Amino acid sequence: MAGIIEVQNLTKVFETKEGEVEALQDINLSIQAGDIYGIIGMSGAGKSTLVRCLNFLERPTEGTVEIEGRDLGAMTEMELRWQRSQIAMIFQHFNLLMQKNVIDNICFPLVIAGMKKKEARAKAEELLHIVGMEEKARAYPSQLSGGQKQRVAIARALAGSPKILLCDEATSALDPQTTQSILSLLKEINTKYGITIVIITHEMAVVREICSHVAIISKGHLVEQGRVFDIFSHPQTKEAKKLIIGGNEEANLNLESRQREQMKGKSCIRIVFSSNSSFEPVIANMVLKFGQPVNILKADTKNVEGIARGEMILQLPEDEQMQESMKEYLKERGLAVEEAEGYVD
Amino acid sequence: MWTKEIMMILLEGVGNTLYMTLVSTFFGYLLGLPMGITLAVTDKNGIRPNRIIYKILDVTANIVRSIPFLILLILIMPLTLLIVGKTYGPSATIVSLTFAAAPFIARMVESSINEVDKGVIEAAQSMGAGTFTIIWRVMLVEARTSILVGATIAIGTILGYSAMAGVIGGGGLGDIAIRYGYYRYQTDIMFATVILLVVLVQVFQTIGMKLSGRLDKRKR
Ligand SMILES: Nc1ncnc2c1ncn2[C@@H]1O[C@H](COP(=O)(O)OP(=O)(O)OP(=O)(O)O)[C@@H](O)[C@H]1O
Ligand SMILES: [Mg+2]
Repeated sequence: MAGIIEVQNLTKVFETKEGEVEALQDINLSIQAGDIYGIIGMSGAGKSTLVRCLNFLERPTEGTVEIEGRDLGAMTEMELRWQRSQIAMIFQHFNLLMQKNVIDNICFPLVIAGMKKKEARAKAEELLHIVGMEEKARAYPSQLSGGQKQRVAIARALAGSPKILLCDEATSALDPQTTQSILSLLKEINTKYGITIVIITHEMAVVREICSHVAIISKGHLVEQGRVFDIFSHPQTKEAKKLIIGGNEEANLNLESRQREQMKGKSCIRIVFSSNSSFEPVIANMVLKFGQPVNILKADTKNVEGIARGEMILQLPEDEQMQESMKEYLKERGLAVEEAEGYVD
Repeated sequence: MWTKEIMMILLEGVGNTLYMTLVSTFFGYLLGLPMGITLAVTDKNGIRPNRIIYKILDVTANIVRSIPFLILLILIMPLTLLIVGKTYGPSATIVSLTFAAAPFIARMVESSINEVDKGVIEAAQSMGAGTFTIIWRVMLVEARTSILVGATIAIGTILGYSAMAGVIGGGGLGDIAIRYGYYRYQTDIMFATVILLVVLVQVFQTIGMKLSGRLDKRKR
């Protein structure tokens, strides 16, 4: 099925004084209505450029972007502006009008769409309620915390009743707790109003928290995309593996190198729990059944799409026969099993 | 010495100076504001880059600003004659003051608008706002404090220029200072005019800063 957002062969080259910068190369994306689609990558990977191409704030050098089947590249300036009003956007630094109070900020997209001031205010009051900011209606942005500003920005984004919401690093300026609350708000908006959400981030935690799909971009190339579930279970590329297993944190890197030491020459497997299997004492049962201990090198339970999911790296007994039987046992219980040798790259 | 007559002259001088300053500032903004906005918008980093328009305004502003005011005053006398019918007196001075102030004002407006957070402009664009809407509802709103501060500076400068026009009989306090202080050696009158000029500048400065401070919602 054609998605609400279809990106084909998108390439973006910036002309600068130092020469050409290829920010994006041959990107293909298909985002279905109702998805929460994460786009993740390191700094400078081209994420912002990509999201800006989705509403043509940035014109692609090559390739097409279609929103609900309409090619943005073929639109007149007027049509494009109308289309943009249907695609809301929120930003890392909120980008509110500093000289206008909260309610006027939320009214802004309505007023530019030609709505009467009174009607716009009424609608804005409603939206304030949705984002839980009623009592701050007359405050100015400078009097709000980062999380509150982002809530106002979300209310403003919702004002135009958009079908799509683009978020460029919307939680990157916020602390972990505020990030959580903003993410839940986005999730709620997605389920309640069926708004398709595209989330740009450099944090895997954000993707894990609310995204249904994810695309990984690296140096302007889309290296992997699919359901968050699948990418988490079977990352194919080095970039994906790095983001999922290692994370970016130093602590993890240290842990990794220790593990690598431990795993040298031993038989290690990585197993992934899916659906509700992690709640069963699978490992304990296996140990009881085979009467042989296994070494748990790493265990990590994460919350993906609201389902508790986890992965473990196990070191199996020396006996090859036993190894095979154990792998068999785990597979029978619906776990994804793969060799972990040299995995932690 | 401080006869009623002289008091009347000084009072009239204050009146004329105020008249010249305020009216020239008004017309200066009438020309300079759109010019400054156009400069900011057509700049290569603006929301509607246009090299030709930008260059024309840029060069015009630079040329006018590099001509010393007294020379500009004389240069545009034919135009002044055409517009007000004479080349001396407060109304004539307003013409030259306006032309001298407009590019200066344009530059200040341009820089005020360039200070507006690019993110907010991008947000407006992402909502489908057109160029005019962005100018009117984003740039001028977000830059208003800075534009007001600019206006305060502009008024002070125009007031100073208006006094300079006294050299060629432009009217106002400057004119009085030259006529009495320079030609008749009545230095006390000259001092009085200088003090009055200082007070006027001070008053405008205070009002302008208070107003812009009150209008700025970024504080507190
Ligand atoms: N207007 C521009 N002119 C020239 N180069 C640009 C422009 N915008 C982006 N680039 C370049 O394109 C590349 C991708 O930039 P982009 O902002 O999309 O990265 P990003 O993934 O959003 O990074 P970050 O996580 O730091 O925000 C970078 O190399 C950047 O320097
Ligand atoms: Mg970015």
